[in-house]
Amino acid sequence: VHSILANDQWISLDWVTLRQTFWPTTFNGLTFGAIYALVALGYTLVYGVLNLINFAHSEVFISGAYAVVFTLSALGFGPSAPDLSPALIAFDLILAGLAGMAAAAMVAFLLERIAYRPLRARGAPRLVFLITAIGASFTIQGIFFKWRGANPEPAVIMFQDKPLFQFGSTQIYLRQFIIVLAALIMMIGVDQLIRRTKIGRGIRSVAQDPDTATLMGVDKERIIILTFVLGGALAGAGALFYVMQVPSGVMYTGGFILGIKAFTAAVLGGIGNVRGALLGGLLLGLIGNYGAILFGNAQWTDVVCFVVLVLVLMVRPNGILGTNLGKVRA
Amino acid sequence: MSTGTPQGGAAESQHHAADVLDEAHKESRFATLQRKWDGLPRWQQWIALLVVAAFLYCMPFLNPPLLKTTATDFPVACAEMARYALIALGLNVVVGQAGLLDLGYVGFFAVGSYVAALWTSPDSTLVHLPYLWSLPLAMVVTVFFGILLGIPTLRLRGDYLAIVTLGFGEIIRLLATLIPPLKGQQGFQNIGRPPGTDSAGKALFLNTNGTAWYMLTVTVIIVVMLLLGNLERSRVGRAWNAIREDEDAAEIMGVPTFKFKLYAFGIGAAIGGLTGAITAGQIGFVNNQGFNVQTSMLFLTAVILGGAGNRFGAVIGGVMVAYIPLRFTGIAEYKYLIFGVLLVIMMIFRPQGLFGARQHLLALGRTVNARVAAMRGAVPPATGTKETI
Repeated sequence: VHSILANDQWISLDWVTLRQTFWPTTFNGLTFGAIYALVALGYTLVYGVLNLINFAHSEVFISGAYAVVFTLSALGFGPSAPDLSPALIAFDLILAGLAGMAAAAMVAFLLERIAYRPLRARGAPRLVFLITAIGASFTIQGIFFKWRGANPEPAVIMFQDKPLFQFGSTQIYLRQFIIVLAALIMMIGVDQLIRRTKIGRGIRSVAQDPDTATLMGVDKERIIILTFVLGGALAGAGALFYVMQVPSGVMYTGGFILGIKAFTAAVLGGIGNVRGALLGGLLLGLIGNYGAILFGNAQWTDVVCFVVLVLVLMVRPNGILGTNLGKVRA
Repeated sequence: MSTGTPQGGAAESQHHAADVLDEAHKESRFATLQRKWDGLPRWQQWIALLVVAAFLYCMPFLNPPLLKTTATDFPVACAEMARYALIALGLNVVVGQAGLLDLGYVGFFAVGSYVAALWTSPDSTLVHLPYLWSLPLAMVVTVFFGILLGIPTLRLRGDYLAIVTLGFGEIIRLLATLIPPLKGQQGFQNIGRPPGTDSAGKALFLNTNGTAWYMLTVTVIIVVMLLLGNLERSRVGRAWNAIREDEDAAEIMGVPTFKFKLYAFGIGAAIGGLTGAITAGQIGFVNNQGFNVQTSMLFLTAVILGGAGNRFGAVIGGVMVAYIPLRFTGIAEYKYLIFGVLLVIMMIFRPQGLFGARQHLLALGRTVNARVAAMRGAVPPATGTKETI
């Protein structure tokens, strides 16, 4: 009896490379993690308010990414780094980021209006929401497929990436620094928005108890729309950084894989928890990148992330920080 | 899943109740048909079903002028429709009967295909089996995978389960690419086929001979439907229905929900694996392509379209999902877009599908059911009309 197990090696572990490239992998992982975290916020906010996993959020994200690429192409960016002054580049990037945020927020808004609101008005069972979300997700994918074809958009390089400073023997690149810093600032902003502002109080109250919130004069529908739009805008910002990190990664299925990873990040940190999304995103970025190096292929990142998702749900379904949005203290 | 409406206010739930009553009175054409069918005596139903079965067996020879596919050989198209019907039947057990949203169903399909490939293709170094033996083997292996996935995940609530199964489907696809012995895109050629030769001495189950494969698949479908029908009317089927309608209530009433969810998962997986092995046999080639989430979504659309929880509906849904892109090749490219839109629209306007699951008293059987149906004209139903899926 032959055995495939004996003839070939199924899985090989490359500890040596992992040890040699530990720090670069770590910083790369944190960069990816920051992007996951921004997208994860969209899942977390909607889940906190509606108890709904918005499957179509991955398509909200990819809509933002398309908008970023289109804007940058229109501004003259292309496959090689532009020859412009840093201030001008920064201005263009902010413009592209705003376009991405606007597009993603718009898609999220339409999604809520067209697909979810009729169901909510009818008080449909949970499974109906999920199937709608999947249908919506494939609809948007189908639209992009029809419009842009099956191939990725041509790469858009935003700036000349150069080492910014040295950490031990590891160089930290400008791109990594910008992404992590900007994502952190945004996450802190959202956290404060939820904790301190009137809108944030509205979101928290609807998350806690929609009926009582309505009785206390909170406009539930408005809060729900706001939550979708906020999540969409953050995904749009994430899209800018995603294009920065993976210049040729924008294609019609590109949102799906990133979406699952972002969702995993949200669950890992504790879904419905804004700080959890940050923690989960960064952790997942690290785990995924270590896994990719260890198993010797970038595609292993996805496998590792899915396995993490299953393990987290088995061992600690509430995630690491595991509180819900309603219980956040101001 | 105790709270069907995560955000339903008091006013809204009243509104909802009114809606449900409305829907109970408003009868669709399909529901009337269904009622008529239920009213027929048992022997008439059997005769009608036999006629339908005979007609189905003749399908590839009929080659009906308007219905036939132009780009694909009609018997081959029939075989594909039959395969989709079979897989929709399997997914219907999981999604329709037990109410577990499985988005990685293609994973089981893939496992079944690879079992057939690994044990019958000359490209594999494993010990070789006759093709027909690989069918039960595929079922056993996929049941194992189903349980492997089910044990950790079936404790989760519905929406988590959906995303974990989605991940499972992707893991299977990625592993087929990443693990060297599974040969990635190169794949396995010359997968075995059932024995038998025609009068000219050629093998009966050639890849191009859709008729033979169609007959085989239809026979499998009929057997599976009979078995599932029995299961549906048994304790297991009642437990599934209870879990689908309200898992907490089922648990309180003493239904071991975890066990029965695992049954549903295992049975669904077995049918998925079986379809995978049949598909591998007919196409004669398996590689890592085609096991993506989009395919899972197509299977799900088949179940939802036909009517989750109704196995006849699932078969019809499966046939439609396979048939539409084959017949109207102009729109085949946009099938995901079309089916995506269809899902959204269906969920808004007809969440129970074309042929919804029938609500009836499972324990007491047909006589009581008929009596209740007769009473329905006089007394509006108080309960039992909650919409499903």
